[in-house]
Formats: sequence, structure tokens, C-alpha cells
Amino acid sequence: MAPEPPLLSMSGITKSFPGVRALDGVDLDVQAGEVHCLLGQNGAGKSTLIKVLAGAHQPDTGTIRWRGDEVTLRSPIAAMRLGIATIYQELDLVEHLSVAENVHLGHEPTAAGFVVRGKQAKASTGLLLKRLGHPEIDPARLVGELSAAQQQIVSMARALSHDVRLIVMDEPSAALDPDEVDNLFRIVGDLTAEGVAVVYISHRLEEIRRIGDRVTVLKDGRAVAVGLPAKSTPTREVVSLMTGRNVEYVFPERPVAAPDGPAVLEVQGLARDGEFAALDLSVQPGEIVGLAGLVGSGRSEILETIYGARKPTAGQVVVDGKALKPGSVRAAVRAGIGLAPEERKAQALLMLESVTRNVSVSSMSRFSRGGWIDRGAELGAARAATRELSLRPDNPAVPIRTLSGGNQQKAVLARWLLRGCRVLLLDEPTRGVDVGARAELYAVVRRLADEGLAVLLVSSEVPEVLGLADRVLVLREGRVVHTAPARELDEHRVLDLVMEGSPAT
Amino acid sequence: MTQPVSPPRGSADKAPSVSEPSAWRGAFGRADVRTLSLLGVLAVLILIGGITKPDEFLDTRNLQLVLTQASVIGVVTVGMTFVITSGGIDLSVGAIVALASVWATTVATQEYGFTGILFTAVLVGVGCGLVNGLLVAYGGMVPFIATLAMLASARGLALQITDGRTQIVTVPSVLDLGERDAYVLGVPPLVMVFAVVTIIGWLVLNRTTFGRRTVAVGGNAEAARLAGIDVRRQRLYLYLLSGLCCGIAAFLLIILSGSGQNTNGNLYELDAIAAAIIGGTLLSGGRGTITGSVLGVLIFTTITNIFALNNLQSDVQQIAKGAIIVAAVLVQRRTASTT
Repeated sequence: MAPEPPLLSMSGITKSFPGVRALDGVDLDVQAGEVHCLLGQNGAGKSTLIKVLAGAHQPDTGTIRWRGDEVTLRSPIAAMRLGIATIYQELDLVEHLSVAENVHLGHEPTAAGFVVRGKQAKASTGLLLKRLGHPEIDPARLVGELSAAQQQIVSMARALSHDVRLIVMDEPSAALDPDEVDNLFRIVGDLTAEGVAVVYISHRLEEIRRIGDRVTVLKDGRAVAVGLPAKSTPTREVVSLMTGRNVEYVFPERPVAAPDGPAVLEVQGLARDGEFAALDLSVQPGEIVGLAGLVGSGRSEILETIYGARKPTAGQVVVDGKALKPGSVRAAVRAGIGLAPEERKAQALLMLESVTRNVSVSSMSRFSRGGWIDRGAELGAARAATRELSLRPDNPAVPIRTLSGGNQQKAVLARWLLRGCRVLLLDEPTRGVDVGARAELYAVVRRLADEGLAVLLVSSEVPEVLGLADRVLVLREGRVVHTAPARELDEHRVLDLVMEGSPAT
Repeated sequence: MTQPVSPPRGSADKAPSVSEPSAWRGAFGRADVRTLSLLGVLAVLILIGGITKPDEFLDTRNLQLVLTQASVIGVVTVGMTFVITSGGIDLSVGAIVALASVWATTVATQEYGFTGILFTAVLVGVGCGLVNGLLVAYGGMVPFIATLAMLASARGLALQITDGRTQIVTVPSVLDLGERDAYVLGVPPLVMVFAVVTIIGWLVLNRTTFGRRTVAVGGNAEAARLAGIDVRRQRLYLYLLSGLCCGIAAFLLIILSGSGQNTNGNLYELDAIAAAIIGGTLLSGGRGTITGSVLGVLIFTTITNIFALNNLQSDVQQIAKGAIIVAAVLVQRRTASTT
């Protein structure tokens, strides 16, 4: 270690959001010229930490030192002025502007203070792109016309157009092909050789092995290991640091007898280009099947395709032996499939409406005659369905927006219960649901399965999949790499599978 | 198998009043505050009219005139309220009224008498609505653009049909409906049509699956789609409905003016949108109120009448209308944030 103070040192950073403590006393120090890797499961606090570093979030407590001096990063501009640049996973480029305009957005080279010097901007952008190994990108082209990988290069060029001392890269390799990843690593190598520090976030352990110098592991908002040597720490140690858990989930017991009968849902060779390939699975009545995998492994896309919300490029979905019309939500709903989507507010709820109307929206024909709604019957049916799931408050006339996340999720389940659905697709069912309410939701899902529903569950929280499902399919980059009964798997093994594709030794 | 939950019928009907008084009062309370404030504005206007021109304004004939004038734009506004509630917009209503009124009053159409005129007006309205609906729902066009194109085309076609001339109606049975002899208990037939359209509109929006789907599509189209609603078909029906209302309004206008003109329905789109918005319908969709829209129409028509009686020019009227729209929306934003 250099005798001078580290380029960046964060200590005791805490940050709370309503209902969650996202960061709980995190320390991080980064030396000039090193690649410092940040590891952690989804929800461990990585995104919050880099947003604090980028000036996008203000920490509740804790200090940030830059070259030994204490600083306050009041805004993204303040962070940029110090020389901290962040390349987010969702690229923040303006599609309708050219490459050069994006690179210089907010600090355009100007004449007389306001006339943009377009030629100068293009020339300097060209130099940056050449330095990044992509001289073929024309600075005059619109960003919207570029591929995802090229857009990432533009994002990086923008970061380098400032006098940058530290670059944060949030899963930069997620959208890249192998040879593009090689180029990315070359760029990272060039940058560190010039003394620039890189904070590198990735799920892929093999990448961290290749380019990382040190590793900091986050778990449940805490740094459980700071500055481990990236190349020599065994995989098993890293994985156990990531998974050793404080919060214990309570899962309902599985039924003694395994379900045995013809599958109600069968998925045959289902595929969508660029998302997932040749997926086969079947779910029996009473069975909960879990899909485990990282963000970007195609989990949500699979559920939405089964549900008909996305059109498959190949394969079919069969319910009770009958193939569904591909790409039709209405066909899926009519066949008895229900979806509790990942983005509850955007994809499932009518936020201006009451619980009753949110529950009844998929089965209006049941209490209407000639289009005329029997509101008494509707309210009674909604009440029966929400009571069955112990939704609180026990009053379906209240507006849905006043409910907690867990109860909103129950309202979505009640919608499909009322519809009489036979296959339930659950996409991140406990997202935005606080820990206390989760156990109850798990119990509800298990009870629905016991009553004969076939459940297909997707979750980025591996313990949730292992605890709730009977059978688990492990996904990696759109392919099933392993299938096993949930009791034969543990969290380590699943994480090994999703990160490295083969069991660790 | 999970059986659909069957509603306990007996308890359901009386349950809300017994176990959920607060929620029901809350839901009613909000709607009531809005309706009451609109009624208050209307009362103040009537007071102003009564004070400034006591003899003329409160005269039965004048009140009949105000309501008759409100009927044409009112019917258009009911259709517009549905479209806006679904998150859409229909800029072509005025042009459709113009086209329907001239097509229904050509010499050829008038040969078929009362039925010919009524049938043609409604058919032209529905036809234009069909084109709007197909463009928006299945052509994937933004409603603003699709209906703007319809506005231009329908106006053009109306001008082509009339060549700029006023087409006088010579069918007595049509003209008779505008005469005092046709009034029932002092209520003009046009006002009765307006009342019937309003009541049907209220029932459809608040008591039918069609209304629910409209609100769901406007509140969250993606959630509606994933809940199994055919969002595109619903959108098609909504523009058809708006076109139907324009056809009815065109027929009322023919009765009222005894003629068909290509300049009919000028700026109806803006009046209808303004009335719906000050009534409490959300321009972003997901909430609509027929009662509010009708009160909005009555407020605007009353202002026009009072200004005319006091010999104030239409420029002052326009300024006052603009101020009312701003004030109404600001008040609604405040009440929305406090509840």
C-alpha cells in the first residue's frame, strides 16, 4: 500500500429509505490506479453505495475523504468536479442527440459562452473513442442508432471527457459479447496504468479474478469484507461472505407427499431471441417450481412470455394439454394463468382505484349481466377473496394505494384467486414487501399450492426460491444449467451455478 | 383445483353501510366536495346574472335558451369525457359535428326526411369515430395526431360538400322540434336529449363493465392489459362512442339552427376538453366524472349568456373562460394534495 492517503475513503456510511436501511456503516477505500471490485447479492446495497459516491444520494451519516480531505458530495456535479465519474447499468444517454453531443452534454466547448463549437466537440470525441479502441464510431451519429455495446463506449467516453480520477462501472460487462469484454478489460488496464482508480461491480467472479486487485463484499447493507485480495481469495470464501445471513426467513412446510399427476402447465422449447433459449418445464397442480438466476438471466422475460405478454420466437405453452395462442395475454388468462408481475405498481395495480376494483378487474363478467355490474356481488366476492388471503385492512372499499406492499401483493393474488386461475406466475413476489410480512406471503403461496394451484416462482433472492419451491431450475444467461428438488440444493451451490456455470470445488 | 370464490350474497348488499362507513364517506366525500364546489360556482354565476340583469336573465325563455345551447356541446362533452378518462383525446369532435351536419342536410339526404337526416348524422359521426379508433387502437397512432388529422380532413370534406354555402333545412318535422310547441312542460326536446345522454353516460361509466374497462385503461393501460382486458378493442369502442355523440350533437344543431354549415362546431374540441377538465376528469386518464363535465358545460354556457346579456364582447368572454380553467385546475390540485 502506498504511504500517502488513499484516493477515496468512505467510512461509516449509512443510508436509510422508508422501511429499509440500505447501508449500515459501510467502509470502502480505493487507491489510485487499482481496480476495486464490489460484490454482493441483489439488495446488498451496492447501488445505493455507488449513488452516494456519485453524489446522487446523500448519506445519513459517515464521512467521505478524497485524497485525505473530508468532502461532501452534494450533487452529481460536485462529484464530477472532484473527478468521480459513474457509468450506470442503465445507460443515461440521450438517444436523439449525436455521440459528440452526448459526450459533451453539460460541458460543451463554446465560443462566446454559448455558441457550441461542434467541430471541436466532434474532434475531441473522436480522440476519446480512438483511445477507447473504437475509432469506427462516428461522433456525428445519433446514439439511438448504436448497439448497446457501442453506447457503453460512448458512456465511457463521456466519463473520460472530464478530468477523471475514479470511474465507477456498474456491471459493465452484462450487455457485452466476450470479445467486447476483452476490449473493456484492455481499457480498464490502460486507465489504471495512468493512475485512474476503477470501482468495478460485477456478479461474475471470473472477471473479478482477471482484472480485480481487491474486493469488498457487501451483504444486507454492511461491508462484510473490505479489501480482500481479488486473485487469491477462494471462491467458496467469497460466496459464503455473500450469503451468510442475519435475517432468517420462515418458510412453510412442504407437503409430505410430492404432487403426482399430469402437469397443468407445460412449456415446450420456448425461446426469445437474445433473452432465453429452448426452455422446457412443467408444473403439476400443487407444485411450486422456482427459477433462480441473476438479473439479466431472463427470469422475468420467461414468465412474461409464458403469460403471453411477450411473443416467443419459438416453442409453445400448453395448459391442460391444449397449446395457447402465442403472444396473447387474453388466451393465457382464459386458460387459467395468472401473473403477479415484478413491477407491481406499473404492471398490476390501478392506483386510483379501490381494492375491490383491483381485485375484480379480471373477472368482471362474473358479476355482470349484459355489461351491468352487480356491485353488491362484486364487493362480496372481493371481500371473500381478500379475507381468504387475510388482507389487511379487512375492508376492500379502501383505496389500494393506502395498503402496504405486502397487502398490495395479496390484492394481486386475490385477483387471480377470484378469477379461479389454476397456474400462478409469481415474479419477485416479495419485492417491496417488508421482512415481517414475507413469512405470511410465503404461507399464502404454499396454501394456494396445497389447494391445487400450480405455481411458478421467480426470485433474485436465492433463499426465497430454495425455501418456498419444491423444485428449482437454475438459470444462467437464458439457459437452464441445473434442475433439482429444492431440498437437494443450498445457497452456495446455486450461487456457484449462476455465477460460474459449474459447481465450485 | 382452486374453486372461484363465491360471493356471500346475503351479507354483501348491506355490508358497506354497516362495516365500512369511513371509507364510503371518504370516497363520497371527495366526489361531493368537487361537485359541490362546481355547483357553488354555478350558483354564484346565476346570482351575478340575476343581479346584473334581473328581468332578462331569470326569464324562462332565457333559461330555456341557455339549456338548449348547452345541449349541443354537452352531448359532445359526454363522449369526450369517456375518451379522456381512458387516457386519450379527441380533437376532431368539432369537425365531425360540422361534417355530420352538412352531410345530413344535403338536398339528397333531405329527400329522405326526418329519418334520413337523423340516420345520416349519426352514421357520419360513428364512421369518423371508427376511423379515429382504428388509427389509434390498431394503427398505433398517438390520439392527438390521429384526431388532429381527422379534424383537418373532416373540415375539408365539409367545405367540399357545401362549397361554403349554408344548407337550409326544409323538412318540417325536423324544424318543428325546435319550436315552442314541441316543448314538454317547458322543457325543449334538445334539452331532453341532453339529459338522456347524460344519464346513460353516467350509468355506463359508473355501473357497467364498459365503464370499468375505460377507467382501467386510463389508469394503467399496461396493468389493464396484463389483467386480461382487450385494451385495443376498448380504445376503438371509445372513439366510436365519441363519434356517436358528435353525430347526435350534429342532429341537435340542425334542429337548433335549421341549417347545416361547414363552420359548425367551431372550437367544440376545446370547449369540451375544458368542460371535462374543470369538471374533475383527469387529463392523464384514470378518473372521469360525467356529473362534473355537465356542470362544466353549464358553467361555460351560463358565462357566455351573462356576458351577452351585459353586452360584453366575446373577447372578454374568452379571457374569463381562460381564467376559470386555470382557477379550477389550481383548486383541484390543491384539494388533491390535501386529501
